[in-house]
Amino acid sequence: MSASFSRSFTIEGRDFLNAGRASTQIKTILKELSVDPAIIRRVAIASYEAEMNVVMYATRAKLKFTMSASAINLEIDDEGPGIPDITLAMQEGYSTATSQMRELGFGAGMGLPNMKKNSDEFVIESAVSKGTRLTMTIYIN
Amino acid sequence: MACMHVCPTHAIRVRMRKATLLRDRCIDCGECVNACANAAVLPQTSSFRDFARFKHTIAIPSPVLYSQFGKDVPPWAILAALKRIGFNDSYDAACASESVSIAIQEYLDSVDSPRPLISPFCPAIVRLVQVRYPNLLEHLIPIESPMEIAAREAKRLAMKNRGLRESDIGVIYITPCPAKALAIKNPSRKKHSFVDGTIAISDIFPNVLQALPDVLTGETGSEILGLGLGWPIVGGQVACLKAEDCLSVGGLDHAVRIFEEIENGKLRDIQYVEVHSCPTACVGGSLTAENAYIARGRVLKMVQRFGGKPCQDREKIRELYRKNFFSLPGKIPPIPIQPLDSNVSKALGKLQQKQELYESLPKINCGACGSPTCETFAEDVVRNTADTDDCIFIAMKNFETLSANLLEKVMAHSKRVRVMNPASQL
Ligand SMILES: Nc1ncnc2c1ncn2[C@@H]1O[C@H](COP(=O)(O)OP(=O)(O)OP(=O)(O)O)[C@@H](O)[C@H]1O
Ligand SMILES: [Mg+2]
Repeated sequence: MSASFSRSFTIEGRDFLNAGRASTQIKTILKELSVDPAIIRRVAIASYEAEMNVVMYATRAKLKFTMSASAINLEIDDEGPGIPDITLAMQEGYSTATSQMRELGFGAGMGLPNMKKNSDEFVIESAVSKGTRLTMTIYIN
Repeated sequence: MACMHVCPTHAIRVRMRKATLLRDRCIDCGECVNACANAAVLPQTSSFRDFARFKHTIAIPSPVLYSQFGKDVPPWAILAALKRIGFNDSYDAACASESVSIAIQEYLDSVDSPRPLISPFCPAIVRLVQVRYPNLLEHLIPIESPMEIAAREAKRLAMKNRGLRESDIGVIYITPCPAKALAIKNPSRKKHSFVDGTIAISDIFPNVLQALPDVLTGETGSEILGLGLGWPIVGGQVACLKAEDCLSVGGLDHAVRIFEEIENGKLRDIQYVEVHSCPTACVGGSLTAENAYIARGRVLKMVQRFGGKPCQDREKIRELYRKNFFSLPGKIPPIPIQPLDSNVSKALGKLQQKQELYESLPKINCGACGSPTCETFAEDVVRNTADTDDCIFIAMKNFETLSANLLEKVMAHSKRVRVMNPASQL
């Protein structure tokens, strides 16, 4: 059996004050393990964008970070409105962000496409008025 | 202990009642120097005596020095005073700041590298990036500091005008902070510095103050001009740039937040971020003599008085820029933290162990164990540099169980004694 490490975080919707905490802590862990900076950057973008989508669109979520010697896995499971049309949401530039969110610098419609681009495996499942579940894997080497 | 608690990168431990430094985590910010009550940590600046080996000494004051005296003392008088207190010559660096600003603007206009670019002039910030944000090294703008540019120019002029050899000339930087002093001793890249030593502003302040009245009554000088005078305060660099979409950040806590955002792929629309480890930038350095806010007010006043006219011919500087006059030689390397274990699987195991231990700690960061926080203590334990028992809460709990066990044993023993010796029941 190979060793692994995991840690869970809760993310609250609308909590802009603490937004980004989970990804910051994940980065700290990866730096402690001397993971290649290029990989840290990909994990940072993937986890941060996922975290922000929860803050902006969902009620709350659990983010589970797991790392083994060969891969990093991020699982974000939220309670929220869900995404009615995933293909549309995955398009670059598609966004339902409010003008207020755009003011804060979000809403370019690049979050989901960037998560996909930065992960080696990307799975998105969603059920309207239940929630959304993202699973992303980034290989090490 | 104070030094351990103020260290922003948790690089200090107290072991056997002595502070020790984890060099790979230290960013030379100087917070510990400020906090140390018994001066156990000393900034690595020098005194006059150390420069006797040079035939010709040139003082280059950080432009912060211009803000340390009364509001009507012009920079030229301070440069003149430096010549009266033992230096053979003095040389202004504010003008070099203006040149460097023009070079930054050129770089922004012509190089298409990841944005935002980050200023590399605060040595503590550069080390913070090296230690904690290796991803952002490519954002550091590869342009030499005004200090180095001024030192190189001062040496070149002294060689040309006085026929001196480079080794005869000692350039001494009058520094507002230990970070600059340390950066000259341990440069971020293996390269030659044109600065030969540093003296703290606070050390030289009384002498300059004493020399000033004679200068002001007996000499005249030409004014130091240009927006470079504003560099010692937050926003001073950005004020010299034409580019919009720039940020000015003061304080390590804010720097960390901005760096986290950049690392997360944000702030791409920002062109340039000026970052200082001190909240009030260089006027707030720990080796200054004047209150940071008073000094800031004076800098603003000086910019108002002398900033309107440039000190450099812009076209000439652009020409120099194209000839790589300002280029930083070499790459700034990362300074990786020692991993928990060189074997990834083992490291993951240790991380798990660390997390479990952390959960059992009181999380009050008392520091009694000699590590600054419960989290660093847990890390130290899995790294085998601390012992679980060093935590007084764990030691106390262990002691309680131990004494409870002992008590039980004593009771059991006395029972047995009683059974074996019925007479004792009498
Ligand atoms: N967890 C979620 N729950 C509900 N809807 C979501 C969730 N994540 C994304 N969406 C929907 O998908 C759209 C696209 O998301 P994406 O992250 O790509 O862009 P954005 O969040 O609008 O902008 P950006 O991420 O660039 O700031 C969102 O505008 C939103 O309507
Ligand atoms: Mg998004």
